[in-house]
Amino acid sequence: MLGTFEYFVDQAINGVTLGAIYGLVAIGYTLVYGIIGMINFAHGEIFMIGAFVSIIAFLTLGLLGLTWVPLALLLVLIATMMLTAVYGWTLERVAYRPLRRSPRLAALITAIGMSIFLQNYVQLLQGARNKPLQQVISGGFEIMREGDYVVTLSYLQIFILLLTIVLMVVFTLVIGRTSLGRQQRSCEQDRDMAALLGVNVDRTISLTFVMGAVLASVAGLIFLLNYGVIDFYIGFLAGIKAFTAAVLGGIGSVPGAMLGGLLIGLIEALWSGYFTVEYKDVAAFSILILVLIFRPTGLLGTPDIEKV
Amino acid sequence: MLEVTGVETFYGNIQALRGVDVSIQQGEIVTLIGANGAGKSTLLMTICGNPRAASGRIAFEERDITTLPTYEIVRLGIAQSPEGRRIFPRMTVLENLQIGATIAEETYYEEDVQRVFKLFPLLCERQHQRGGTLSGGEQQMLAIGRALMSRPKLLLLDEPSLGLAPRLVAQIFEVIKEINESEGVTIFLVEQNAYHALRLAHRAYVMANGNILLTGTGQELLENDEIRAAYLEGGARKTDVGQSGNA
Repeated sequence: MLGTFEYFVDQAINGVTLGAIYGLVAIGYTLVYGIIGMINFAHGEIFMIGAFVSIIAFLTLGLLGLTWVPLALLLVLIATMMLTAVYGWTLERVAYRPLRRSPRLAALITAIGMSIFLQNYVQLLQGARNKPLQQVISGGFEIMREGDYVVTLSYLQIFILLLTIVLMVVFTLVIGRTSLGRQQRSCEQDRDMAALLGVNVDRTISLTFVMGAVLASVAGLIFLLNYGVIDFYIGFLAGIKAFTAAVLGGIGSVPGAMLGGLLIGLIEALWSGYFTVEYKDVAAFSILILVLIFRPTGLLGTPDIEKV
Repeated sequence: MLEVTGVETFYGNIQALRGVDVSIQQGEIVTLIGANGAGKSTLLMTICGNPRAASGRIAFEERDITTLPTYEIVRLGIAQSPEGRRIFPRMTVLENLQIGATIAEETYYEEDVQRVFKLFPLLCERQHQRGGTLSGGEQQMLAIGRALMSRPKLLLLDEPSLGLAPRLVAQIFEVIKEINESEGVTIFLVEQNAYHALRLAHRAYVMANGNILLTGTGQELLENDEIRAAYLEGGARKTDVGQSGNA
């Protein structure tokens, strides 16, 4: 069984699902790094808050008697995007903006502080115990069979993949084609010059945090749907993995974050499938170390060599 | 149009402007000449609010803009092509122009792009090339074009001739004249190329050590002995006027 192609496909499907979560969170790291040059270590917590908002929204809808799944999913999606966006915005406003002109170390320590604060905030409000959610999307169809071994693609996985692809396409278009995206890139490349051209830099940075939070909130929803259980601590490991994905892809590069997320997800799933589950994190972080040694700019990152 | 009164600016503890007074009338080309480090670029940036004036007052069209944030100052109709050109290197030429039009009305966009391409046909050829791959002269054209995209009333140009081949310098000055005469844009031009600048300008200021030393019409300054010695005859003879200050 272990050596069959079917088994590989099965693991790869799991890997891609996991990669969707990491990729969506990684974009938030890369965007913020690109525009203000700091690692927002509280970003994993934004992802966790997205998962919590999702579960609260699901339970509320359940209480209200709304059980038609597509509508419930849509409402939960909207709710988690909007509420988590408020958290992302507030985080920048309260914790980072006052430190914009201070040394990087100050911002970094603040980010770690905010991470701890948000974890404890959720723990206090929601309790420390696991929060389970019954399966929302069930069923699937068989795509392969080898003797007794059946490879299924669940409707949940299809939903996750479609949602992630749509989000990434929309997001890429926003960055590449819209005036907001241009303003964002201009701030990334030369903030003072952008201001000289009338770009409201503070607003653009706020919107960057909002975008990152929106994508992370969807990752939180996906996590909840996929694993069915969350707690206040899920942001930590997922955050570090997503950060690894961002570095692997080349921090500052949005396609890099997507690719890095996918790769980390695949590495983790395949390692778990073929070797040992216990060492899956070791495998993921070893890749990070190798990348940092042999290609410090990441897979799609380019060192800044420009004609002056 | 622009009134700068007693402006002082600091970088940390270093004073770069020591009480500068400059006045620019609508429709003029005014040039500011002076040695490296005299504070010319600092003055242009201070007008745009970055760095902020520590004291003094800056008014644009009778309105006090001394404490406005940069993006609001430029929204009033001031555009700058800054020192070092500061093209966005990883954006295409066209995107650089688009970002220049951030504060302009969208309906003007097509027309304005064509106008810039007409002034600088080279930019049209290179419109899909990334800014960072342009030559110095092309970047200079792009910086001026980008500034024009916002339809400014006042255009601040910081050393547009720096590092350019002589033929290109003449061309750039020609364009500046055209922008002023046919489009009525008021121009405040910082230059080291004093001869060209003084011939082009209606009026001029001379700056050293963060102070305005002299002012007059371009013609007057061209004939001024001190100016000739310091800025026009190769700048080889140093007088007090030519000493470089701090910042």
